[in-house]
Parts: sequence; structure tokens; C-alpha cells
Amino acid sequence: MNTRIIMSNNHFEIIRAGINTTFQDKGRDNLYHIGIPFSGAMDNRNYLLANKLAGNKLDLPVIEFAYQGPLLRYNGEKINIVITGDVIFELRKKDNKIKGNCYESYQLENGDEIDILSTNKSVYGYLAISGEFEVKLQWGSCSINTKANIGSNNGKKLDNGQKINISKINLKQEKKKTNYFNSKVENIRVIKGTNFNYFSEDGKKNIFEKEFIVSKLSDRMGMRLEGPKIENIVNTNIKSEGLLKGVIQVPADGNPIIMLSDHGTIGGYPKIGVVASVDYDRLVQLSPGSKIKFKEIELSDAETLFKLYEMETQNLISQIK
Amino acid sequence: MIKNISNLGDAALYCDFGIEVNKQINSDVIKYFNAIKDKNIKGINNLTPSYNKLIISYDLKVTNSKEIKDKIESLDIRETQKIANKKLEIPVCCDDSFSLDMERLKKKLNLTREKIIGNFFNKEYFCYMTGFIAGMPFLGDLDENMRVQRLETPRVKVPKGSVGITEQFADIYTFESPGGWNIIGNTPLEVFDSSKEKEPNLINPGDTVIFKQITLDEYKNYNE
Repeated sequence: MNTRIIMSNNHFEIIRAGINTTFQDKGRDNLYHIGIPFSGAMDNRNYLLANKLAGNKLDLPVIEFAYQGPLLRYNGEKINIVITGDVIFELRKKDNKIKGNCYESYQLENGDEIDILSTNKSVYGYLAISGEFEVKLQWGSCSINTKANIGSNNGKKLDNGQKINISKINLKQEKKKTNYFNSKVENIRVIKGTNFNYFSEDGKKNIFEKEFIVSKLSDRMGMRLEGPKIENIVNTNIKSEGLLKGVIQVPADGNPIIMLSDHGTIGGYPKIGVVASVDYDRLVQLSPGSKIKFKEIELSDAETLFKLYEMETQNLISQIK
Repeated sequence: MIKNISNLGDAALYCDFGIEVNKQINSDVIKYFNAIKDKNIKGINNLTPSYNKLIISYDLKVTNSKEIKDKIESLDIRETQKIANKKLEIPVCCDDSFSLDMERLKKKLNLTREKIIGNFFNKEYFCYMTGFIAGMPFLGDLDENMRVQRLETPRVKVPKGSVGITEQFADIYTFESPGGWNIIGNTPLEVFDSSKEKEPNLINPGDTVIFKQITLDEYKNYNE
């Protein structure tokens, strides 16, 4: 890596933290059995693209924000930054304002500001620097899980007035750019869950035929849906057992909840389905009020589709020179 | 032993050990959990044992359902070394300031405070699983006459260290969290220590726990 330790105090000042701004990376594994979920960047493809466009190793920590992002003032030596996702932001330099484009790196100089105004009809965006943030790792990951207070920044989201220290700046600061459009999906592919037969004929039909709306009560832990009630005819509770991201649980009120990256590791509501891995990155980007429709697929199709999605991600990455 | 293996989504296997909740079935789950952990099977990135299920998650970039299923089915779990399970004593104080649901328990169980405390302490509990929140142990079994449902409306904040009961189980809130269990007391013991990278959990599946009653003074001086 073309990195060097800078003795000076390169950092961002957080003028406005935004709604839910955290450090994230690939997350932590092999801890479900003690109650700790994966966490990590919600939209993995945009996380990888951010690091690649910043000229970093792909698994470095980045800043994830949701809806409204942070307003940051930079103090230090010249550094490149890049934003991925579908994000509206601007850069404020001494005498001019630049409307920023995602998937294109920009150079920041001492005193410059980045104002991440909002994500555009989506939820998560990523900010990477051409270098490394100073973060604390816990179980090999910086990922902040605010519910369990695990990860960097004492497991808390970033706050107004805090400093974000930069421990390394890459020696090479090359302008990088790629063309990528986040495709919007309304159809989320789902594999039937282990308790599919707990639901009434209407419930089983409705889950794959009717439209649901993403509720405001959605965060990094879970996405709640509103729509036709999914009626349970067997038992509205099961003996508590493991959960995974993408599992669709239906509690007694008949409104599905999809487990997301910071989910509790065990739960006792019947599982009607599991979102196919291929659609997870796009699922998490559905903002409250969005329509969502589930489409049933078989395991073998889900495996093939994921392979194709993964190949596409690798292609996008390798195109960035 | 495993009755059936199915898939839970495209990145996990769902091993079903039965529908009952008892020590025998749970010990089988834990045996498999330990055996698979020992084997370090490539691609497996998480194991979640619970009362009577074991969920095996894997990285779909590295492996797939069939490969992992074949490996699990060919596993000879007799080979695995016996895991040394611990016996632990957990101090719990039932001062009124801690036993938030004592009045409710007296009413629901139709027992006196003394009787409830007498039934709860000085008996062995078995750790079926840990999770929901980091490090929370699910301990059983409570006596038949001590079994009660969750609160109708869960608390938004259950204090750290709270010891709760519901149905046949007791649990310990390892940090402040929402929750619906009936709170009987509080432990000054650090049951989950996130600063420990290796073994943050004090209590692990398969361990035996005995609750020991302490006074408020003992509680206050516990961490001195």
C-alpha cells in the first residue's frame, strides 16, 4: 500500500452529523452464538466501490450515512474523497461551490467542506477517503452497532462537534471515476421460509402477490412493512431460534418485518421467507413509503443469480483503474 | 440428533433437532455446534445454536448449500472431544429496587415473595443458548409453579444486570435494552465483557448456573 504515517493532525470536524452516520466495513462473523450480528455496510456493492474509487484496499472502514448525511470541514493535507450511492452533495472550496457527482473522486484541501445533503430516493450512502480513518476495531471490525454499543466510537453514531481523525493518507492521490447507476427494484426475490405453512391460504398468496409499503419504523436492525395482513393459522410464536439478515418474520399483528444487518440474533416469530442474497443490497436502499413486492424463487435460482450479481460487482471494480 | 436439514434462504442451513425443549435435545444441538466449530469448515461464517435448532450460515461467495450439507451429513460427531462445560455461581440481589416485577409475580404465581425467592435460588440451571442481545444466557428450567408469561407491554429499558423469568427460563440482561421478561433481581457480575476479544461471554451454552442470593450491601460492595 502506498501509505505513509502523517504526523500532523489531519481530520474532519463534524459540523452536522446527519441522521445515522457510522463507521462501517465488511462486518464481523462467527459471533452469532454469543448474540452479535454481522453488522457492516448495509449496501455491500456501494461500500466496495467507495474503497476502490478512493484507491484503497477494498475492506477499509468507510463512513456510512442514511437519508441526511454529515456536513464536514476538512483540516489537513490534500486528500481525495469519494461518495457512492445515490446521493446529493456539494463541496465548498474557498470561493466556489461544486455540485458533487457520486462515483467520482474530488480533492479536498485545508478548510474545504463537504455537505452531504441527502440520499436521493434511497437510504444509504458511503464516504471513503484516499487513506485510512483512525478507528477502533472490535472483533476485527470497526462497524458500529448502535443498539449493542459495539464497534468504533464506543459503538455510538457520530455526533456534532466530534473530530474524525485520519491516520494515513495514501501517497498516490489519483482522480478516479466510473459510471454506475443504482438500479431501483420493487420486486424482491424471496425463498420460502421454514414456517411458510403457518400461514393461511390467503396469507401465502398475499405475500407473493400483493404490494407492501416500507414503514417509517425501519433502521439498520430491521425493515417493517405495511400492507395486507398475513394471517397465521398455526401459532404466532415459535421456540426462539436463530435469525439471519433477510429473514422475513411475521409477528401476531400480521405485518412482516425483514431482518437487516444489525438484527437481534435470535427471535421467536414465524419465518415466512428469506430475501435472496442477490437482492439484499437493493432491498436496504428502499426508503420508507416505497412499494415492495416479493417474488418467490427456488434455491438453485437464488444461487445462480447471486453468482451473476457477484461477477457484475467484480467487473465494476476491475473497470476502475 | 438431527431430524432434518433444510435451507433457510440461500446462505444458511436449518438443522432441526425436534420440537420439544429439553436438556437432551439441547445437548445434541450443542454437541453439533462444538463439533462444527472445531472442524473450521471453509465457508461457514456463523453458527446459531438454540433450544432445538442449529442454524449454519455460510458465505455464498465461497460455498453453497449442497457443499455444506454434504459436510454436515458426513460429520462424525463421536470424534469430537468432550467440551468442558463450566459450573458458575451468579450472585443476585432481590432488593425491592431491583425486583421490578415482584408484585406481578406474586399475583400471577399466587405465591409469597419468600416462596418465589426460595424456589428461584440454590438450584441448578442449564444454559440452553445465548443471544438475542450480546451475551444474554437462556437458563432453564424453572420449577413448574414458577412459570409465567412475558409482560403484556415490554419495558423500553430494562436495567443492565437484570435477571428475568418467563415460562421455563431465566435470563440476564447483559446491558440496558428493551425487554419483556419479569424482573426478579439484579446481578453485579459482568456477564458480558465486550472488551474481551476471546471470551466475552461468562456463560456459554452447556454451562450450569446456580443463582446465589446476596444482600443490598453485598451487592454494593461486590465490585469494590
